[in-house]
Amino acid sequence: MSVLDIQTDLVERILVQFLAEEAGCFGFHKAVLGLSGGVDSAVSCALAARAFGPENVLAVLMPYTTSNPDSKNHAMLVAESLGVRTRLVPIGSMVDGYLDQEAVQDRTRRGNVMARARMIVLYDLSAAEHALVIGTSNKTEMLLGYSTQFGDGASALNPLGDLYKHQVFQLARHLGLPPEVVDKAPSADLFEGQSDEADLGFTYAQADEALFRMVDERWSLDELVEAGFEREFLLRLERRVNLNHYKRLAPIVAKLGSRSFLTDFRYLRCAKH
Amino acid sequence: MKCLVRQVQCNPKLGDWDANLSMHLEAIDGAIRDGKQLVLFPELSLTGYFLKDQTHEVALEAHATAFAPLLERSRSISIVAGFIERARDGRLYNATGFFEDGKLLGIHRKVHLVTYGMFEDGRDFAPGLRFEPIRSRHGMFGILACEDMWHFDGAYLYFLDGVDALLVASASPGRGVTTAPEGEAEPSLASNRVWRTIQDHAALQYQTPVLYTNRVGFEDGVLFGGGTRALDALAEPMGSLEHFDEGLLDSELCSEKLKRARAITPLRRDERLELFERELARRVQAQRDTQG
Repeated sequence: MSVLDIQTDLVERILVQFLAEEAGCFGFHKAVLGLSGGVDSAVSCALAARAFGPENVLAVLMPYTTSNPDSKNHAMLVAESLGVRTRLVPIGSMVDGYLDQEAVQDRTRRGNVMARARMIVLYDLSAAEHALVIGTSNKTEMLLGYSTQFGDGASALNPLGDLYKHQVFQLARHLGLPPEVVDKAPSADLFEGQSDEADLGFTYAQADEALFRMVDERWSLDELVEAGFEREFLLRLERRVNLNHYKRLAPIVAKLGSRSFLTDFRYLRCAKH
Repeated sequence: MKCLVRQVQCNPKLGDWDANLSMHLEAIDGAIRDGKQLVLFPELSLTGYFLKDQTHEVALEAHATAFAPLLERSRSISIVAGFIERARDGRLYNATGFFEDGKLLGIHRKVHLVTYGMFEDGRDFAPGLRFEPIRSRHGMFGILACEDMWHFDGAYLYFLDGVDALLVASASPGRGVTTAPEGEAEPSLASNRVWRTIQDHAALQYQTPVLYTNRVGFEDGVLFGGGTRALDALAEPMGSLEHFDEGLLDSELCSEKLKRARAITPLRRDERLELFERELARRVQAQRDTQG
């Protein structure tokens, strides 16, 4: 038992209805998403398959030349188990075209270029399919900024954005996703041997509970320390959450007139005019 | 006396008056066909909830001709529906109207505007300043709009008035999906569990039926949690709807049962209003003193 445990039946129902209703509001009944072979995109794909029907979901596999072959195999396992359509779009040539030209060596820059190349593919296919891009970013990685802005962070609808990683795993098991996908160590697979938890320097289990208490339940640092968390670790988390806040928001607009986006031009997306 | 009630758990479209009016008329016509006498819709049922800058765009004066189809049908059935009211002075209110006998018999302007967390009521609306019971052909009713029910004053004042039922119109977002406490038979949203507690409390403490009508559907990712429910004067559930789907809940308000409940537990008789007034006045004065 964990404080993060969710009622999976309930969450499945809410998220399936969320996808169908929000997409339907804009006249969309189809989805496109990147299927990486990891647990997050597998859960998004399963929810989309339930919301739109598997025949209306296009799962796009976008390996780079150094991607672990297991990723593609696991993605295919997921797609086959759900019955969604798949498309293989290797991103090697489009990514290398730029990386070679600019001689980019830095791992973070290379990873970001790959994530943004995948975004280009997904948005292009969404136009071809008259479909919406479904997001795969969970709350833990969004809080920690462990994602690429306008890359894997880009989507029209994100069913996972308010679920911590622990809850994504729970939902994955509930949705009956293949154990190969659910039980492996999470990895962004942007370079060989990459692991999320090695990148972050702590485990999702540690981060999830601390973030849940800090963000959802508004516990103070002192309360968290009293509950057994290390102050140093909490400060690291807090710093990441604050530093990466920009990734969770739309770009800043310089306000000049009387009604400006995000400040005083206030409409929901689904507003009828 | 009996009153046959239908509560309509619906999914209004944001800012789409025409679509919402059609939805209302269809539900009202169905209720008339089924012999109902009172039909209840959720908060802002004719406009949708998170209107933001649309608030003034969809606002109507109480005598607007747009209400004509509702007024016409109100000759056959009493109707409670939500809209944005533009007062003569230009102030906008989160309004719940009671339509009966071809007239807008009364309006409850939401008193407790909710302006915290995800809510911005206080930015767009002026607060209502009264809890005035509606004297209907079917009895006397106290209307509360969503957050009004979270404060004790409205329900209590209506209890003093001796209303026959509390009509709670709500647009309450559903949230809280972590594990439910033991004893919960069905999966449930934390927000709906809290609402049930509040409804139970009001029905029990005031020996007054509570007809809670909430909406469903999403507005930009926010789910409205349904859970429409009817409690009788003995605080016994007469029925409820679940979290997600549109639906109809039928119940019956029975004046004999109301009398019985108030005979069993005569709390209204034993209220000590002068004491309450005195004690309240002391605190009002203390608050004034603190605020300078």
